[in-house]
Amino acid sequence: MDDLRPDAIPESSGSTSQQIVGESIERGFLGSSSEIALAAVETGPEGEASRKKLSIGAWLAIGWMGFIILIAVLAKTGIFTWGDPNESFVSCARRGPFSQEGTAANFILGCDSNGRDMLARLALGTWTSLYVAVGAILVGFSIGGLLGIISGYFGGKTDTFLTGLFNILLSVPGVVLALALVAFLQGSAETASKSSISPEVILIIAIGIVGIPLVGRIARASALSWTQREFVLAARSQGAKHRRVIIKEILPNVLPAILSISLLGIAIAIVAEGTLAILGVGVRPPTPSWGNIIAADRGNLFTSPHIVFEASLMIFLTVLSLNMLGDVVRARFDVREGLL
Amino acid sequence: MSKPEPLKSPDTAIMAAPPATLLEIKNLTTYFRSSHGLVRAVDGVSFDLNRGKTLGIVGESGSGKTVLARSIMGLLPKAGLERDGSILFEGDELINLGPKSMRPYWGAQMAMIFQDPMTSLNPVMKIGNQISESIREHLDVTKQYAKELAEQLLISVRIPEAAQRLDEYPHQLSGGMRQRVCIAVALACGPKLLFADEPTTALDVTVQAQILDLMAIAQRERFMAMILITHDLGVVAGRTDEIVVMYAGRIVERAKTETLFSHMKMPYTEALLQSIPRVDQASHVRLATIPGRPPDLINPPAGCKFAPRCNYAQDRCLQEEPPLREASPGHEYRCWFPVDTPEGADALARNRERGTTASGLIFNPPTPALANKQKS
Repeated sequence: MDDLRPDAIPESSGSTSQQIVGESIERGFLGSSSEIALAAVETGPEGEASRKKLSIGAWLAIGWMGFIILIAVLAKTGIFTWGDPNESFVSCARRGPFSQEGTAANFILGCDSNGRDMLARLALGTWTSLYVAVGAILVGFSIGGLLGIISGYFGGKTDTFLTGLFNILLSVPGVVLALALVAFLQGSAETASKSSISPEVILIIAIGIVGIPLVGRIARASALSWTQREFVLAARSQGAKHRRVIIKEILPNVLPAILSISLLGIAIAIVAEGTLAILGVGVRPPTPSWGNIIAADRGNLFTSPHIVFEASLMIFLTVLSLNMLGDVVRARFDVREGLL
Repeated sequence: MSKPEPLKSPDTAIMAAPPATLLEIKNLTTYFRSSHGLVRAVDGVSFDLNRGKTLGIVGESGSGKTVLARSIMGLLPKAGLERDGSILFEGDELINLGPKSMRPYWGAQMAMIFQDPMTSLNPVMKIGNQISESIREHLDVTKQYAKELAEQLLISVRIPEAAQRLDEYPHQLSGGMRQRVCIAVALACGPKLLFADEPTTALDVTVQAQILDLMAIAQRERFMAMILITHDLGVVAGRTDEIVVMYAGRIVERAKTETLFSHMKMPYTEALLQSIPRVDQASHVRLATIPGRPPDLINPPAGCKFAPRCNYAQDRCLQEEPPLREASPGHEYRCWFPVDTPEGADALARNRERGTTASGLIFNPPTPALANKQKS
């Protein structure tokens, strides 16, 4: 009862456990022991959680992602180049490490079947692949996330309709849907105007649409569970509008879940770009991407394996890194939910 | 005298005090359509509440207390809801208002404190923002002013180091502190009516009294009416002006607090009171319970809803539902054989002789000695 008197408010320095102590023990008792209380806070569960160390694998993943983003930006802006990705050296065609044709003298990673420098092509291809994948996920993330949250928050007929939409999109195999979308978008772009949309943007839209239901369903499930929480009702009982509740109460809580799925989504989009390239609707040559490097030289897999191998290795490491980072994000935010 | 006299009438407006009645509920029903049938969660509830007064709503879980409060505030989800009757708040009818028209009332006129402070605060929003959010929604003030107001509110709910707390997250506070924050949020826009839905159920016994005292202080300071919902008669005993006892979505007894405790008429109220453990009991006395469970709200029993669990039950109780009758002005109850009346004593004696009540319940009232002690 002490703290009901206004003059009994303990003058603690604001740490949680200190204040709890201040509630129960006389103030004078606590006076000089603020250091002890502070130490108690630092070893508390919250303190540990926020200082949780990242594993070596996570650091490697972060390092790899930083590395390829750097390469991509350098190659695209031309601040530092590894040579012209489109310049052909006929004498070096199909030469490279492990190639039956022998190694190419001046090119560490060898050359492709047209004699173009693999290093330069992979560097620029990194840009293309990341650009398409990240763009596609931004489309899926924003549209899918928004629809999912709306679906989970409002429920009822809205939910039935949007879930139905997601299910229809999911029922068509992703590759087929993306193929159809690319064909449709390219066709309409060419008939609509002479200045057609770049093939990268078409890919972004197509893969993005395929990604909408994936992100949307996760967002819906998460929003559904957060909507049931009492603080949403509490916010409404204070007169908050739906829009405000969605943006301020639901979105920040749903974000970790869709952020984590989106990191995995970038990985999926990179693979999807490669798949579409092999099916012949990817980024148009001569612009390199990891996918169309593999697509162009998959016929030379047995004689010059280095071409396909190098591009595949880039995809493999990137997808692996993104998966690890997705796990890290999820684990990080699970900790906070556990503290509730 | 053709000249207009602008200063003529204001004194009448000032002198006329606002009507004492703040909230007037008439025959409020709240049903939910479900796949099994209509759930009659609140079934014909009427009561008045004056400004600055406290009303306690008491009942077991499932008796419709929470639904009643949320129905009055219009916070129930629309799907499958059937709501009827009349809710007059300062003379304005609220029953037909949708969420859009209710918004000016929410927070500014009536606010609610929820049961569990662990879940009624947003875990990812700073405490200061949670408080100032509704201030900025309802009052046209600057961000800085709202923040200062939030700090004042935290000080008024006796939170130490208020300025620093504004930038903390809910998980950094203890349960009692969080409930204080919830109270601050509810008080932010100076509501005239505060619903407290089991505000202390989720808290430690040691902080329960503090929170209840704090709410009483806030209520006095602001001349705010309060509806205190609880299952614990001990909580409402010294803190309410009037008590409504609910059972199966209906009011079974309504009286001034002193009247209810001294002259209860409803066997259910008596049973609730007897189920509170007493300090003067011997330490190994079996705790008194009310046998059975609250009735199915989809197919309630025909007669008195409490008859299947009542020690006074007679044949009439199983066939006819008793109406709400008046024992004295302001004291209503719903029973054919009320406690402490010749009819009630007769019914009790008959059941004791028979060994069972009319509903087949084995007659087993708490020891008469205990019952007598309570009445004295």
